[in-house]
Amino acid sequence: MRYVFRTDYRQDIRLWRHRGDLFWYALLFVALLLIPQLMGEFYVGELGAVFIFAIAGVGLMLLVGYTGLISLGHAAFLGIGAYTNAILLKQGVLFALSLPTAGLFTALFGVAIGIPTLRMSGLYLAIATLAFGSIVGTVLQKWDKVTGGFDGFAVPTPTLFGIPLDSANGIYYVSLAVLLFVLWLSANLLRTPFGRAMVAIRDSEVSAQSMGIHLARYKTYAFAISAFITGLAGALFAHYVRFLAPDSFDVLLSVQLVTIVFVGGLGSLHGAILGAIFVRLLPQAIAIMRDDLPFGIGRMPGLEPSLFGLVLVLVILFEPGGIYGRWLKIKHWFQAYPLKRRTGFRRQKSYARSERLR
Amino acid sequence: MQDAARLMQLVVNGAAAGCIYGLIALGFVLIYKATEMINFAQGDIMMLGGFFAFSLIAHWGLNYWIGAALAVALTAAFGYVLDALVLRRVIGQPQFAVVMLTLGLGFIFRAVAGITWGYDSVGFETPFTNKTVRVGGLVLGQDNLSIIVGTVLLCLVLYLFFSKTRLGVAMQASSQNQLAAYYMGIPVRRVFSLIWAISAGVAAVAGILLSPVSMIDVNMGFLGIKAFAAAVIGGFGSIPGALVGGVIVGVVEQLAGYFLPAGFQEVSANVVLLAMLILRPQGLFAERMGKRV
Repeated sequence: MRYVFRTDYRQDIRLWRHRGDLFWYALLFVALLLIPQLMGEFYVGELGAVFIFAIAGVGLMLLVGYTGLISLGHAAFLGIGAYTNAILLKQGVLFALSLPTAGLFTALFGVAIGIPTLRMSGLYLAIATLAFGSIVGTVLQKWDKVTGGFDGFAVPTPTLFGIPLDSANGIYYVSLAVLLFVLWLSANLLRTPFGRAMVAIRDSEVSAQSMGIHLARYKTYAFAISAFITGLAGALFAHYVRFLAPDSFDVLLSVQLVTIVFVGGLGSLHGAILGAIFVRLLPQAIAIMRDDLPFGIGRMPGLEPSLFGLVLVLVILFEPGGIYGRWLKIKHWFQAYPLKRRTGFRRQKSYARSERLR
Repeated sequence: MQDAARLMQLVVNGAAAGCIYGLIALGFVLIYKATEMINFAQGDIMMLGGFFAFSLIAHWGLNYWIGAALAVALTAAFGYVLDALVLRRVIGQPQFAVVMLTLGLGFIFRAVAGITWGYDSVGFETPFTNKTVRVGGLVLGQDNLSIIVGTVLLCLVLYLFFSKTRLGVAMQASSQNQLAAYYMGIPVRRVFSLIWAISAGVAAVAGILLSPVSMIDVNMGFLGIKAFAAAVIGGFGSIPGALVGGVIVGVVEQLAGYFLPAGFQEVSANVVLLAMLILRPQGLFAERMGKRV
């Protein structure tokens, strides 16, 4: 077991714990760069989708996992990003410009929904964002002059530095680049006072406020950053689906995004990526096994949402740490072998914490 | 005159739809008051209640009243078991864990209902289907009237239950202060499960009352989203507030559909909800509470 002996603060906040970490991440990066050369178009496309969902997952993770604010309307941000990007491209704006613009425009909506919901406690926020998501969904359907209504429209092929990104490979590399950028941004954000403030708000609003953290300001920023990142994911998502229709941005997508965060593991960037892998692979796994399952379960309509629901329920009941939490436990078991203590990860005895004021 | 009659018609229809929202919201409020959880699967429990009634009445040919009563009892039992087996485990976890848990449960219920009863809309014969009453120039559907009357009766029963019976008072006590209630010898856990049972039963009543107006299908649980608006308007802790909120949402929706261009009817409930949260988050019927840190 490698034990890192920390001697100063800079070392404590370093992005890599030790050189081994850096090595493995670099290896993973090289492997990801090589994949499009080695695998078929279908797998590259699916992996690109995993990246896109991972970007959205990181955006939502900053909000849910680190600031403790729940959002059931993130599909709306994804939709706003997707439509903004596609409409700008249709007007002939460069992709290199339309992508960040889509993110920034979505961030404006994040602020717009963030400000009024600041006074709300967790549950009201969940309801308000759910309502917001459903309003945006309806607007995308009905405002057909701009969005094409129910029929939707085809997304123009983006070009980056003169190279048309018409294949799955192009989207793959752009998504990978954006994902790395977003991860770098979030990891850095989380080690600044700003990130600490977010975590403090998550753990206790009262104590955060008494330490001088301006709750409203930080919550609004958290919403804006989260919406920005999700908007970027949405812009890329438009190119992944290639044809925008309003019904792809419904409540189910919001629930999928939150599933990424919960199943991956709340409060870790690794979790967002693991969750995205899970959420994208589950439908594929169902598609592959569709014909082999007994009793025709595989051909049942509505199988996918119910499996998401089931997984969500099981994770919350039995492994609140998600996949990443389980991985930490497994790693600990090997590192401490044979000295693993049963109590190592036991949750504290907990009582219902009241949010009511009385 | 024509306009006034049309308007009255809209208001009555809206009030009937609003009573359904109110009944679902009532379920939210009962559970929220007691356990500070929000049950996002409330609409889906209503759907289950509707399907239970469909099976009993249309398949097994039971009398409407007996079938409805049995369906309500079944759904209530289901609510009890749900709390005892699943939701009790997450007490003390962050609130959004509960939100996600009930959302997940909602998806599961929907799939189970889809497997059991199919994905087509179904309905059953009720004493109120396709009958109308004329009240001075107005033609009112008995189905809509039955919703309003049923809701009022149910609320009366619930009011009497909570204020007059020992169990009802025990429930009020446990929702005000769990620990104190526990010290007084109230079996708090069982009381919570019973509250879930009542809330599921109320949802089943909503599903059954709704069935003559709109068919029962797997996706009727999405009405639950509109019921949030009702609960929020009422202040999320007030039982009469939930009903008043429901009626407001129902009427606003009908009027928006009549006076405003297409699309506004769908969003009106959500717009009302957001406006309410921004302008008066404590609701119309908020209890006054002071903050003590």
